[in-house]
Amino acid sequence: MTWMQYLPPLLKGAQVTVMISLSSIAIGAILAFAAGIARTSSNPILSGIAFVYIVLFRGTPLLVQLFWFYYALPLIGISFDPITTGIMTLSLLTGAFGAEVVRGALLAVPHTQLEAARALNFSKSYTLWHISMPQAVIEMMPAFGNLAIQNLKDTALVSLISIADLTFQAQSMRNITLDSATVYTLTLLGYFIIALCIMLIVRFIEMKLRRGPAFPRSAHS
Amino acid sequence: MNPIIRFENVTKRFGALTVLDNFNFEVRRGEKVTLIGPSGSGKSTVLRILMTLEPFQEGLLEIDGISYHEPGGRGPFKASETHLHKIRSNVGMVFQSFNLFPHMTVLRNVVEAPVAVLKMNRGEAESRATELLRMVGLSDKKDHFPSQLSGGQQQRVAIARALAMRPRVLLFDEPTSALDPQLVGEVLGVIRDLAHEHDLTMLLVTHEMRFAREVSDRVCFFDRGRIVEQDEPERFFSNPQQPRTREFLSSILGEQEQMRESLRCAQ
Amino acid sequence: MMYGYAWDTTTPLTFAISILPILGIGLLVTLQAAAVGYAIALVLGLVLALLRRSRFKVVSWTVAGFTEFVRDTPLLVQLFFLYYVLPDFGIVLPAFMTGALALGLQYSAYTSEVYRGGIEAVPRGQWEAATALNMTRLQTYRDIVVPQMIPRIVPALGNYLVSMLKETPVLSVVTVLDMLGLANMIGERTFEYLVPLSMVGLIFLPMTLICSALIYAIERALPKSGIPLR
Repeated sequence: MTWMQYLPPLLKGAQVTVMISLSSIAIGAILAFAAGIARTSSNPILSGIAFVYIVLFRGTPLLVQLFWFYYALPLIGISFDPITTGIMTLSLLTGAFGAEVVRGALLAVPHTQLEAARALNFSKSYTLWHISMPQAVIEMMPAFGNLAIQNLKDTALVSLISIADLTFQAQSMRNITLDSATVYTLTLLGYFIIALCIMLIVRFIEMKLRRGPAFPRSAHS
Repeated sequence: MNPIIRFENVTKRFGALTVLDNFNFEVRRGEKVTLIGPSGSGKSTVLRILMTLEPFQEGLLEIDGISYHEPGGRGPFKASETHLHKIRSNVGMVFQSFNLFPHMTVLRNVVEAPVAVLKMNRGEAESRATELLRMVGLSDKKDHFPSQLSGGQQQRVAIARALAMRPRVLLFDEPTSALDPQLVGEVLGVIRDLAHEHDLTMLLVTHEMRFAREVSDRVCFFDRGRIVEQDEPERFFSNPQQPRTREFLSSILGEQEQMRESLRCAQ
Repeated sequence: MMYGYAWDTTTPLTFAISILPILGIGLLVTLQAAAVGYAIALVLGLVLALLRRSRFKVVSWTVAGFTEFVRDTPLLVQLFFLYYVLPDFGIVLPAFMTGALALGLQYSAYTSEVYRGGIEAVPRGQWEAATALNMTRLQTYRDIVVPQMIPRIVPALGNYLVSMLKETPVLSVVTVLDMLGLANMIGERTFEYLVPLSMVGLIFLPMTLICSALIYAIERALPKSGIPLR
């Protein structure tokens, strides 16, 4: 077998990897905003729940979380198929890390902006969504980009709960061919290419957001 | 006539530091009052309390007959958002650092609050905003973003933004202190025009003594959380009674004379 | 190593207590892996950072490409690569060493960026002042640059230690019997995963929290202006 013949199964795996990564980034982003905003809320119950969620998922290894949802949870009667388990775990992890990004960016909005909003009698939620958030989102983008790459790399672990992603296909190919060097080199290249695409997308979104004279200077150099 | 603003024995502390101590102060409807004094004397705090940006610990404060202390509220000085909303609808504020919203155009900065808070329809709000921007001399800048304007222009937009909410009381917190000396004049010009508005009550914290003398009905000298001396401007500036007032005036007037002198030399 | 053990699965609590000693052995392996991996990351990262500053474009670009590649690909695949490919070239390492090497390699890509950022954050004027005082390159690094880098890089390096600690369970995939490896083994024997896996999570949680708190305390304690080495 030559390396050309490895490509079809690896590409099939790459599709699964991209699907899992994109969907868990999307769900993770929603969780990140929900938990990040809840953390800055003055309601102690809301911010308490968000705090526990963030600490729990940031403080424990992803692989332990994944096995816990896959092996342990069914024992108390809750079970999902592997794909759902994988996407759910990755979303929860990305959401927990993203929440800290959202919180940090919201807290970094100058206090004077909030005072101006108060002087104009905006409600709290209006101030959040129309004054703070538009300014904060741009500052979140570089950190979100890093989280997206981290998420992509983390998807490799779902191969361990029998999801046929890129890493899983690589393992199968190696077991058949024993041509480890070629298989894993191709696999690493595959992840690298996907990562470059994600970076391009994030850069593009950031450029779109930063376009125009409202935010002329880049805060990150 | 009832005063529009009434402080009665208001005490404000930051931790161990007492900024206002049993403070009493009244402002008549339509009156233009200038607050002067050394930094840290509590004059900005008076404005910030009025704008509900700072709580206070003791005493009574009313604006247009509405108490800041919500009747039946959760303990003293912890008013609900609804009550704060009612108080704030009487007051507007112009900040030292302008605090325009950087992500909105000039027009949007002025239109946003009337549409979102006063539920004005957008078309009406925009025509009013255009009118206000013309008044402050910036009709040609309405599609610019704040970062494209000079400090003086930004401050004039901020004044238009505050006026768009039709406040009865307008607070100016050192509106020209963050500006380059050559930009001060254009902002003072706009405030001077506003001072002719009969119904508008104005509270102005400033270090521009000549301007204070020109536009105010009353000048109050603050020191250590109290009003040491207050009078109508001619008498206040020509014949201050208290030694501390005299000391402050001579030091600040000397400074400003020097500044003007150096500006003249530079030109 | 586990054949002698019998676990008391009557209640979750007795089960948890009875597996504690063996998880303790796993914890030791986890900590050792993190320590060895981190040592590799600190040294290799420094080498990469210095090569990155090389005057030869070929060297600096190659190193830049390599770090970017390592940083953007999964630890697990890198681990498989080392585990299966190294023996093909006659390099046979114990699984633990291969795992520590993979951890060290992946994190060297991160630490090299920390070092690089630290060096670049020292203002140009400091280099120029050192030149004006006729200091050698070595003296400039030792007396001017590194002391000013320290308060900047120590917190970032510390945070990567915490991240690495949380990634050590991946080594269980290549037969290293760390905490997770042992927990899985207990699970296979008893068909009872909930308690062992929860225990591993519960042991990790305070470890990472305490580490993070320590790093924060160190960050606060470091003088912002830098620490003279001599």
